Amino acid sequence: MNEMTKIAAVTTLKDWETDQEVRWCPGCGDYAILKAVQRTMPEIGADPANTVFVSGIGCSSRFPYYMESYGFHTIHGRAPAVATGIKLANPELDVWIITGDGDALSIGGNHTMHVLRRNLDCQIMLFNNEIYGLTKGQYSPTSRVGTTSPSTPQGSVDRPASPCAFALGAGARFVARGFDISKNLPDVLKAAHAHKGAAFIEIFQNCIVYNKDVFNDFAMPKGAEDRQLWVQAGEPMLFAKGTKGIALDVAALTLKVVDVIDGDWQTAGVIVHDVTNRSVAHMLVELPFGPFPMALGVIYDDPRPTYEEAVRSQNAAAAKGKVPDMAALLAKGQTWTVDAGAGHQG
Amino acid sequence: MATQIAETAAPEPVTNPESENVVVRFAGDSGDGMQLTGGQFTLSTALAGSDLATFPDFPAEIRAPQGTLFGVSAFQINFGSSQIDTAGDAPDVLVAMNPAALKTNVGALKPGGLVIADTGEFGKRNLDKAKYAVSPLDDGSLAKWQVMAFDISALTLEAVKPFGLGNKEALRCKNMWTLGLALWMFDRDRAPIVDWLNDKFRKMPVLAQANIAALNAGHAYGETAELSGPLRQRQIGPVESAPGLYRTVTGAESVSLGLVAGAQLAGLPMFFGGYPITPASAILHHLVRLKEFGITTFQAEDEIAAICSAIGASYAGQLGVTSSSGPGIALKGEAMGLAIMTELPLVIVNSQRGGPSTGLPTKTEQSDLYQAVYGRNGDAPLPVVSARSPADAFDAAIEAVRLAVTYMTPVILLTDGYIANAAEPWKVPDPSTYTPFPVSFLKEKNAGDELLPYKRDASGARPWIKPGTPGLMHRIGGIEKAIDTGHIDYSPATHQAQTDARRAKIDGIAQDIPAQDVCLGDTSGKLAVVGWGSTYGPIHQAVLRMRRRGLDVSHIHVRHIWPLPANLGDLLRGYARILVPEMNTGQFKTVLRDQYLVDAQPLTKTSGQPFTIAEIEDAICDALGTPRGGDFGGEVDADTTQLPSIEAVNP
Repeated sequence: MNEMTKIAAVTTLKDWETDQEVRWCPGCGDYAILKAVQRTMPEIGADPANTVFVSGIGCSSRFPYYMESYGFHTIHGRAPAVATGIKLANPELDVWIITGDGDALSIGGNHTMHVLRRNLDCQIMLFNNEIYGLTKGQYSPTSRVGTTSPSTPQGSVDRPASPCAFALGAGARFVARGFDISKNLPDVLKAAHAHKGAAFIEIFQNCIVYNKDVFNDFAMPKGAEDRQLWVQAGEPMLFAKGTKGIALDVAALTLKVVDVIDGDWQTAGVIVHDVTNRSVAHMLVELPFGPFPMALGVIYDDPRPTYEEAVRSQNAAAAKGKVPDMAALLAKGQTWTVDAGAGHQG
Repeated sequence: MATQIAETAAPEPVTNPESENVVVRFAGDSGDGMQLTGGQFTLSTALAGSDLATFPDFPAEIRAPQGTLFGVSAFQINFGSSQIDTAGDAPDVLVAMNPAALKTNVGALKPGGLVIADTGEFGKRNLDKAKYAVSPLDDGSLAKWQVMAFDISALTLEAVKPFGLGNKEALRCKNMWTLGLALWMFDRDRAPIVDWLNDKFRKMPVLAQANIAALNAGHAYGETAELSGPLRQRQIGPVESAPGLYRTVTGAESVSLGLVAGAQLAGLPMFFGGYPITPASAILHHLVRLKEFGITTFQAEDEIAAICSAIGASYAGQLGVTSSSGPGIALKGEAMGLAIMTELPLVIVNSQRGGPSTGLPTKTEQSDLYQAVYGRNGDAPLPVVSARSPADAFDAAIEAVRLAVTYMTPVILLTDGYIANAAEPWKVPDPSTYTPFPVSFLKEKNAGDELLPYKRDASGARPWIKPGTPGLMHRIGGIEKAIDTGHIDYSPATHQAQTDARRAKIDGIAQDIPAQDVCLGDTSGKLAVVGWGSTYGPIHQAVLRMRRRGLDVSHIHVRHIWPLPANLGDLLRGYARILVPEMNTGQFKTVLRDQYLVDAQPLTKTSGQPFTIAEIEDAICDALGTPRGGDFGGEVDADTTQLPSIEAVNP
């Protein structure tokens, strides 16, 4: 997002809705994400005229058509590359990339890696439903082993990619997680927007048709307390109504679940979430669900200078004191003159 | 020179049919600095006022094993006091820095031509690597040429002795010694080279001094050697040129300059997205140094990101440009479709090389014409513009920019490896003589209270709307869209109407490009030789010579490959025969047949080398049923004049 140099625009949720009929399947998690974004935009003072949603291909990538802002529905996997050109051409624009697990991690994996590595100032919302929905249900790079699908009738055999671990490995300076129906999603989006640089948000999204309820283990309200670990900067990593926490197993250099007695998390050794701790971020995104709760919220947030700023300042330095004189440019180097009288001078 | 377009049907001079020109080829190990030597000789020659054309030829390997046949790098220059259009067919002089260079190049030399060889490199080891059982300098196998063999290595070491360089560094001055000798042979000034060396080695003055000493020693040797043997000085006067300021330019330079000029004429900042690939990278290298012209360069993670970032920049209101060679262009295909569908301006430069696949990375070909005209999914028309020579690439690039921003469309600019690397003199244009084509962005709603992002103007172009403009929020994408509004709509009638509209827009450009002219000869007759791109030079020379022999043949050179000029069909029908020489298996020929149902006959070549003049002369004679003339330097077979020779490719 941009520096808050501009006066925040005053909008309402309605201002962010388009006149286009939303064409996702009834009950799709995308509806909830769309509403969360439309709810977030007024709260962060976003200006529709200055906002661009860029998407690739897939169910999630229809998203820009439903946001009353500038929108570019590009081609499969390439949204980060298009966004890079947009942001380099006009760094004032607030750029959101909308992508999915297949779009961002299969066909567009290369661009996802590089947009994160370069640290382009943008928000990347990866809708992870662990399936190819628009092409009718083939397994995706985030599908769990054994996923049966039209292309894997005997179950998939390859291990899934972990989007947040991929993002951290690619050098992301902001990594967060949420899920479609979570009431916390707008807060995660706000934090992503407040982060200057590439902000990566994995959003678990329920594909009601081809991969129904695969996130129910932690996303259902019932029992959520025990299965969701919402990390918050400066707060101890507690869950199960404060009766359990995450501590460091020093001997094994891993995280472990500890019981917290009478709220005394200090004695239990529960870690306070430091959003700038990259090592802990790596451990949090790799926590196996089951023995551990699902880590959610802003897992890592440690800004670095952005790519477009570096490019712009280098361009300005290179151009400094130079006048763009086309005639002089064309006549550069060693030249010679031919006179009308056929004379010749070196 | 190649940039000058001859008057239609101008009477050709009948006197002095043999132009006063000399072809010199420098050949050596790829580490010997032959390209540098050739480049500096080119500069001196240009400064002396000769017209010239060059042909740099180097292996795909950066540093092939020393002394091997496939590691030979060569640079050919043709210069003279009359108009030069090609790098010349057969060399008059061959400078061979080692046995491999001699073996792979001597077959090209004209009978009676001069071989200059460095005996210091003709030891057993190098002879073995070049697969010579005995030294060709001793066994009489070079009898049909004049041979000057002397120990350039030793002479160089002697010349640079005072500077205390190590043996290896001292020997690296050999190329300057050789250049000094070549400068003496053609009475060229050493001063610009001395200036250049002082500048190049300004941080290491001792290297500058050593190289200058070698240069001077080579020059002095020429004066001494003239007393005996075949070495003699030749005078090549300045060419008759239009008055003005001149410089030399390579195609990569002039494409870059043309893109900058085009952006200036459009009043736009430029965004260039590229990915390293031979031979297109040079454009990125030039543009990256021109930031003061509002240019942003982006080395992307791959070819797809290179074009997609350029599309993003165009969407945001800059002139998006991307550049590559065949394999990279193939990867960009889907994104070109996106630019066609979203109707955003974009320039795609293809420096063609031999294909398919990796093909011949450092050699030239024109085999991406089908790819440019037809090579995308769906009905995806876009304009294709081609450059005919290094200097012409400047104007071609400006034309590509003009079409892109005027018609809101991606445009492909075709050059090739030969144009990209070759140099020729260029009369520096005055930028104020070019008509600007300033771009205007939509600032407010264009249909009363409504915004219609795809409302077309009379030419079929939609408005360009920059994100960031208040009140004009809208969505675009690669999916089929409704007329005017751009909302998703892939109903049958809509797709039919939009396909027709996209096609009509591009077809209409035919009315906005110059009518096709005849660059040499008559507007009707027995034979038209129709070319495009870098075949200009050999076709032009061949037609010129055949007309001097009295043959009824004309030269038509097409810049706008798609859409074709509106009058081209009628023009072609005015000739009894049509011959289309191209460095592919006959792609433009097919387009002409398809568009006009004319009996265009192909003359094809896919050796990775430009046509020789002789090859086209022969084809003209054959087409007209006239005996072949054989007018290109004696009995040398066309194939043996090729760079590189068969031995170099397949030792």
